[in-house]
Amino acid sequence: MPVGLLVTCMNDALFPETGRAVVTLLRRLGVDVDFPAAQTCCGQPMVNTGYLDEAVPLLRRHLDAFAGYEAVVVPSGSCAGSVRHQHRMVAERSGDPGLVRAVEQAPPAYELSEYLVDVLGVVDVGAYFPHRVTYHPTCHSLRMLGVGDRPTRLLEAVRGLRLVALPAAAECCGFGGTFAVKNSDTSIAMGADKARHVRESGAEVLVAGDNSCLTHIGGLLSRERSGVRVMHLAEVLAATEPVIEQPPREADRRSVGSAVDTAALAGGAP
Amino acid sequence: MSATFLGTPAFPTAARTALADTQLRRNLAHATGTIRAKRAAVVGEVDEWERLRRAGAALKDRTLRHLDTYLAQLEESLTRAGATVHWARDAAEANRIVVDIARGHGTDEVVKVKSMATQEIGLNEALEAAGIHAWETDLAELIVQLGEDLPSHILVPAIHRNRSEVREIFLREMGRYGRPAPPDLTDTPAELAAAARAHLREKFLRAKVAVSGANFAVAETGTLAVVESEGNGRMCLTLPEVLVSVVGIEKLVPTWADLDVFLQLLPRSSTGERMNPYTSMWSGVTPADGPQEVHVVLLDNGRTDVLADEVGRQALRCIRCSACLNVCPVYERTGGHSYGSVYPGPIGAILTPMLRGVGHDTQLDSLPYASSLCGACFEVCPVRIDIPEVLVHLRTKVVDAHRGEPKVQNLAMKAASWAFADARRTAAAERISGAVGKVLRGTKRRAPGGRGVLGALPGPAAAWSDARDVPVPAAESFRAWWARTDGGRTERQDEDGGAQ
Repeated sequence: MPVGLLVTCMNDALFPETGRAVVTLLRRLGVDVDFPAAQTCCGQPMVNTGYLDEAVPLLRRHLDAFAGYEAVVVPSGSCAGSVRHQHRMVAERSGDPGLVRAVEQAPPAYELSEYLVDVLGVVDVGAYFPHRVTYHPTCHSLRMLGVGDRPTRLLEAVRGLRLVALPAAAECCGFGGTFAVKNSDTSIAMGADKARHVRESGAEVLVAGDNSCLTHIGGLLSRERSGVRVMHLAEVLAATEPVIEQPPREADRRSVGSAVDTAALAGGAP
Repeated sequence: MSATFLGTPAFPTAARTALADTQLRRNLAHATGTIRAKRAAVVGEVDEWERLRRAGAALKDRTLRHLDTYLAQLEESLTRAGATVHWARDAAEANRIVVDIARGHGTDEVVKVKSMATQEIGLNEALEAAGIHAWETDLAELIVQLGEDLPSHILVPAIHRNRSEVREIFLREMGRYGRPAPPDLTDTPAELAAAARAHLREKFLRAKVAVSGANFAVAETGTLAVVESEGNGRMCLTLPEVLVSVVGIEKLVPTWADLDVFLQLLPRSSTGERMNPYTSMWSGVTPADGPQEVHVVLLDNGRTDVLADEVGRQALRCIRCSACLNVCPVYERTGGHSYGSVYPGPIGAILTPMLRGVGHDTQLDSLPYASSLCGACFEVCPVRIDIPEVLVHLRTKVVDAHRGEPKVQNLAMKAASWAFADARRTAAAERISGAVGKVLRGTKRRAPGGRGVLGALPGPAAAWSDARDVPVPAAESFRAWWARTDGGRTERQDEDGGAQ
């Protein structure tokens, strides 16, 4: 039975490379991953803004799309959190006992790092990423799901990667969904401090498990011309060492090499 | 000499003013950072902290479930101990009771123990209107009162002030209300405290009536408890002849033994101390010792409405420690005044709208949105109030109160709900954003890593893009890629791989 990829609406439209990275990564680890095409959005933006009625049709869509899958894998801590902690509330709001039952019977939803570490039992996913990286534990991964050190254990096992500490890492970046525009001044003030901490870390790449938070922090970092790149955890874990092809004319190279040696000898070097 | 929160604009506007105040930002970041570290250290010492939190929450929940019974028991035990019990439905009733008691003793002044309940009902203003001065004796409350300022924190109401500002206030104002500050006052903490001590002492010795709140009220014994750091509360509770305590009905605990849990949870969560320096407890009147006339005003003022809300009632567990304020990244930057309420920060964002009603006031309705839902408040709450859950619940109530109105947000959410109710509609919307992505693919601005981004955009997009670059939408959605390449199976791996 395949696992279903809940790519999330944001990744679908704005960051498809994150979805493709999850597919690459899971296939490399031998997982049969499928994308149920009926999926749309988990409903989190509506729920967190107070629009429960508007989330009900999205919940129905989600449950239909993922029915029968062994598990749901989500490259987003906040969407995984919404599925695990908010869907029941939306179902209860609908007044439909069938929907509440369907939520209870839905396949388990895992944030990507949970799925890798807890379900697959892997920490070294065979990735290669030779860069200086810092990790921002997004609030819903950290506090709603409690993913703990799973993401950093995965990153530490990546070959070539140097993980550096992010000051005040556990503090919210200020994204917060519609908070980012409804309270944009406060959101930006929080984000400015987060961006400063990222720069202080000395990392060239900021990694997190939520592209929503990364769009906010990355938007500030890019506006500041900070030179720091943001990347989703999945993309780092999907990256592998490039196959460096052998230079084409091996025989010629060897002969050049020996010619140099000969020349050196002829010159009577010391 | 009092200010009011009336007229505070909605949170986003009030916050904008606060965010521009560099001194405030610096003071708050320093103060909350210090107290956060202290709290974390002393909480970390307690192995059974999580069990204590659960015990605190369970005790409060049980009390609230049987509040009617415990309140009747409290009234009985207080009366037996010689106290007079008053019931106040709202702020006006409570204020009238206190004013009448003070008038009955022919006094024109009362000394006050720091109390959130009396702030909530605007008691000082009511007393002032009746010609009675209310002297705040908590050091920080004194700073706020002398500065004709408003409290900005539950525990440390003058947290927005630093010591040089405090010195200026003392020098300028103390003489107007009693003993002036010494003219050569410096801003060293010891000198500032000494000036306050000298100023307050003459009021302690003179006042006939004291007003307090209570941190806890024990139903079994009729005992009220006040937990404090300075001892100024103890002066008020023991020196005057008459003591009036205004106590919210949620302050009850059933038995003396229950204090065991809360006196461990409260100091560690609030001041970051293992135990606070002064804990005063009194049960009615003790002959020839302390106040000989003791009144207790049991205050509802919206609390039974909160109790009727199945999700929101957990806010009544609150013991006013302010750990949620100190850890809140929003509070740390906007300060307490932006909330326009005596209860600021995360707990204020849920408690104030519930006490005063949701859906009828723009300022109150803005409070449940004054949070990024990061959950740091829930993590530190000693009685496990799931503040993010209540915030979302209240947002639902705000939205429901304005359903059907032609607001941009209502229309946008309806449209998004329609588009996401069916994957074909979602795919169509993504084709539009993909077309935009194709047009903008050649944009010159690149984020590190090569992603095309847009700078400041006009119109409603400005709220985001004024400070944050906007990623250009992907030319092809994930959904479209999956369909085109059979989930990547027919795509050549070396084209662009997984990561861009």
